[in-house]
Amino acid sequence: MQRQRHPALQGGGSIKPGGIYWMRYIIPALLVYTLFMAYPMIDSVRLSLYEGTTGTRDFVGLANYVRLFTDQVVSTRFWNAFKNNWIFFGWHMILQNALGILFAAILTNRTMKGRQVYQTMIFIPCTIAVLVTGYLFKLMMNPVWAGDTLRRAGLGFLVRSWLGDRSTALNCVSLVSVWQWVGIPTMMFVAAFQGIPDELIEAADIEGANAWQTFTRIRVPMIVPVIGMVAIMTFVSNFNAFDVVFSMETLDGAPDYATDLIGTLFYRYGIAGQHPVGIPEPGLGSAISTCIFGMLLIGVLPTLRATQGKE
Amino acid sequence: MAKTNTQPVRRDKNTKHLNQRHITYHIIMIIWSFMAMAPVWILLINTLKTKREIYDNPFGVPKTWTLDNYKSVMSNGNFFNYFRNSFVVVVVSLFMILFLGSLAAYALAHWRTKTSHGIYFYMIVGMMLPIKIATIRLLQLMKMFNLLNTLYSLFPVYIAMGLPTAVFILTEFIRELPGELYEAGYMDGASRFTIYYRIVLPLIRPALATVAIYNLVPIWNDLWFPLIFITEDAKKTVLLAVTALQGQYTTDWPKLLTVLAMSALPVIILYLTMSKQFISGLTAGAVKG
Repeated sequence: MQRQRHPALQGGGSIKPGGIYWMRYIIPALLVYTLFMAYPMIDSVRLSLYEGTTGTRDFVGLANYVRLFTDQVVSTRFWNAFKNNWIFFGWHMILQNALGILFAAILTNRTMKGRQVYQTMIFIPCTIAVLVTGYLFKLMMNPVWAGDTLRRAGLGFLVRSWLGDRSTALNCVSLVSVWQWVGIPTMMFVAAFQGIPDELIEAADIEGANAWQTFTRIRVPMIVPVIGMVAIMTFVSNFNAFDVVFSMETLDGAPDYATDLIGTLFYRYGIAGQHPVGIPEPGLGSAISTCIFGMLLIGVLPTLRATQGKE
Repeated sequence: MAKTNTQPVRRDKNTKHLNQRHITYHIIMIIWSFMAMAPVWILLINTLKTKREIYDNPFGVPKTWTLDNYKSVMSNGNFFNYFRNSFVVVVVSLFMILFLGSLAAYALAHWRTKTSHGIYFYMIVGMMLPIKIATIRLLQLMKMFNLLNTLYSLFPVYIAMGLPTAVFILTEFIRELPGELYEAGYMDGASRFTIYYRIVLPLIRPALATVAIYNLVPIWNDLWFPLIFITEDAKKTVLLAVTALQGQYTTDWPKLLTVLAMSALPVIILYLTMSKQFISGLTAGAVKG
């Protein structure tokens, strides 16, 4: 009664205000998010059906996709980047996430000392810009830089043009990225392992399960939803990688496109324009980004369904 | 008898076994920690050497310590400007993410209908979508709004990028606040906005810190959008400016490493002092959702 009489409680102040009132709080965020994220993302799909730069744009239907998949030059580059990106992703999915789960299992061992220190150090590379680590590793892998010192130390086999050799370049770039990002899955798995009720582990101990059995039969099955999330995050971020190739190799994915990823390809065709001509093709670029988008949906949705339970 | 006998023996064996296992664990962790820190060491230690010594003595402590690299970068007015640009971009974007995000979260935590659930879901879907996909359209938008070559082209993109996690983390947090907290406010005749401002905001400070830190790192470390939106030197962020130091034929490595170190150190120090917020933002989505 008293509440209703109070002037400040009129309208919006009533205990259960309606949607029209609450929308005032939501609209600013909704507007920015829609205009600068949701809309441009969806509209990129439409853009992929057009050709030409901003001034003169013509509807060309699926011509950009046809070019992307069948044109002699463009399709060679596209499938090459596509293949490289899967190798890049494979290294992360297998090595990075396996190391993450191993480190997390160790770091959640309650009787071990110094876990906090290790955990802090593992995560430090994740706070550094990819550009910084990329340039740094480019210097470190340069045979001229530390070559003499390494030879004197008897480590001459390490002195190679790692990034200039077609056979090693992509693997080196991938491993640098794996090195940098191991901390992310580690932290996610640490949080997940810590969420497992103690009684479960204790029950297994009493039943006489050894550490490996507890790990494979209880701890891993309990964190399947988080494993799914990590897989999705790895997938999404790897197919958008750009900085690591840009800084360690070049925009062209040197040597001879051996490290070209979808991200660098997208930049060259859609934004900067191919080398000799230098005219960007937004339509073709959007076709590339739409393909990534479609592929992410195809990869992400079943993973979500398989790992995230009933929700 | 037999039982009482085996008990201590078994425990003994277990501890021994445990210790051996711990040794293996420590060896694994020490190896990786070394691998994680060695490049950071190489980065930092080489900024304190002369140009010659970087090549002669790449891994060790400098024979002659020098701060010349830092002095030369700092005395260069351009670099001061680049750092200022990066700083402004981070501060403005974070402020707006927290402000818009907390307002929306406040509403979404209290208004529980089908519509509000729909809006909530629509906004948090963005956590999983890579905004890079929208780059070409964003570039056209920025051209249309005449924002290219200004820091204003970066703010809206970073704000939009940060809002999904902000709404997700803050809505969850506000929902868990006890309802009695608001009652007192209503009794005093405070408006909804006053309650948001006076009661909710102070209470959700830990969550705000988590959201801020979670977004700070990708914004400070972003190269992609500055690279595409900004060509004018005066408007460059640190990371974009660094790319110009990497020459096609010769690279001034001492200077380059110094700028890289100066861009990385603030975040590393922040991480060492606030590692809890770094981790909680990262794992919030995975563990709760």
